[in-house]
Amino acid sequence: MDKEKASGILVFAEERKGDVHNVAYELLNKAQELKEDLDCEVASAVLSSQKLDYSELIYRGADKVYCIEDEKFASPEENYYKKNLLKITNAFNPEILLLGATGFGRSLAPRLAIALETGLTADCVDLQIDEESNKLIQIRPAFSGNILAHIKTEGLPQMATIRYKEFTEAPRDTSRSGEIIKLEPTEGEIEVGIEKIEERAKDITEAEIIIAGGQGLKQPQDLDILQDLADKLGGMVGASRDIVDEGYISHAHQVGYSGARVKPKIYIACGISGATQHIVGMKEADIIIAINKDPSAPIFNVADYGIVGDLYEVVPDLIAKIEDCM
Amino acid sequence: MLDIIVLVKQVPDVKKVKFDRERGVIDRKSAPNELNPFDLNALEAAVQIKEELGEDAAKITALSMGPDMAEDSLKEALARGADEAILLSAREFAGSDTWATSLVLSTAIKKLADYDLILAGEKTVDGDTGQVGPQIAEFLDIFHAAYVSEIKKLDNDNHNIQVISELWQSSFLKTLDFPCLLTVTKEINDPRLPSIKDKVQARKAEITKWDYSALSDYIAAEEIGIKGSPTRIKNIEVAPAIEREGEVWRDGYEKANEKICELLQEKQLLGGE
Repeated sequence: MDKEKASGILVFAEERKGDVHNVAYELLNKAQELKEDLDCEVASAVLSSQKLDYSELIYRGADKVYCIEDEKFASPEENYYKKNLLKITNAFNPEILLLGATGFGRSLAPRLAIALETGLTADCVDLQIDEESNKLIQIRPAFSGNILAHIKTEGLPQMATIRYKEFTEAPRDTSRSGEIIKLEPTEGEIEVGIEKIEERAKDITEAEIIIAGGQGLKQPQDLDILQDLADKLGGMVGASRDIVDEGYISHAHQVGYSGARVKPKIYIACGISGATQHIVGMKEADIIIAINKDPSAPIFNVADYGIVGDLYEVVPDLIAKIEDCM
Repeated sequence: MLDIIVLVKQVPDVKKVKFDRERGVIDRKSAPNELNPFDLNALEAAVQIKEELGEDAAKITALSMGPDMAEDSLKEALARGADEAILLSAREFAGSDTWATSLVLSTAIKKLADYDLILAGEKTVDGDTGQVGPQIAEFLDIFHAAYVSEIKKLDNDNHNIQVISELWQSSFLKTLDFPCLLTVTKEINDPRLPSIKDKVQARKAEITKWDYSALSDYIAAEEIGIKGSPTRIKNIEVAPAIEREGEVWRDGYEKANEKICELLQEKQLLGGE
């Protein structure tokens, strides 16, 4: 890219099976805010395995959409994605390049940053424009979220991955217009063999309600009680690391440092003591409810509502009461 | 001979490290250092590969960049099964961000020349970026697979490895030719504890130390350390604590559950079919 003339904000929109991951709409919303300070264009980059309605990204705030269609994008191979994103980056020449901090985003962005010879800030929770220098301030938590580091990038583009659910989604304005620019995919095959062998139905980071279990559960089948409650509320079951390690439930349900970081509307922790490793994964839920026999369990320190009691009594009673309300 | 490089880092024990909210700094002396927990899984994966191939068919080199005291972590890596350990330690390396760190480590790997497989933990518990692994792969121009939860098969004859990579809420079977880099998750294995005998032996072992002069033919001092780091921390603020209602019911749950139902109704989360 031509760094001397770099301008504008480029947001990578991650496509999966015909849908764009919502974090792209959140980033487009933030980009609108940054655009006011910078007086620049906002573009979105999509690498798509199938035909998409690209105008959706325009409705959400993109002035330009750069897209490359290639069925090879159905395979998550970082190097191939990188080569194609480089093509778009070179075409738009952005001063700011943003990607969602999804698992794939966190694996792809580092390769792209090195290829662009620029720095990369991981897992940001906020972005601002420095009034004096017009540079991007990238804000990311460190040390279990105790501190927030403000980071600037020397050189261009200024690049960051941003966590899901930090910003609200851009409103959809169908009166907006913009330009859709199609580019050809890069030549060559993906040199890594890739075959999908399992797909999980639901993504816990998308759940609005999570009913999570921990060591207070005596046996794997007792998760059914939590599943019942989750079903009633249209939520998902989450788990602390210890019961995942014991094989009660798959790692896809694990919440915490070595699992998912979630931000549901309601998080009900049942029989979870609240080790730091778990709390970093759920402390940003809108409302936290904790049920635990031990009144001194640290989970109560982060809870809005705490119930000192046996989950085997409390949860069935809660289910009954919810049924009454419905 | 299969040459495996395991990237390791010494980190403060984040479970014990104290944080001074008023001054906004970490009290590093408040916690002992340890080998980054995710790196233990990378190391164990390397040891398991070697066990399968046979003692003389693979060599494990633990590679780290850090201050002199990071020797302790490399000794632990030796106790856990690494054959050799190299510490990159120099004033010139200090203050490196992930870009400069990846440049130093990848340069050292190029200098080592013989490598088939590079293993790393998915992230470190202190930096928490998960960037260094994929960045090294890009510097070396090799393929990588991230969030590897299982090694399915290592085919030494065809010089490739089959792994399960967890991406997009799915498990993908990826086949990568050597040389390649893998970042592994905690799911991949349960790291064994080193035996007392191995620990004692490792304590006496020599750690190979490379300072900047070992790499100066390949990289300029301006490209690394604080000078070479494109990202800079401008300031640090104490994260505002999230305000919580903090209402606790200690005697009986009926009232509490009623309150929760009200809350769910208020938030319109009761479906209402």
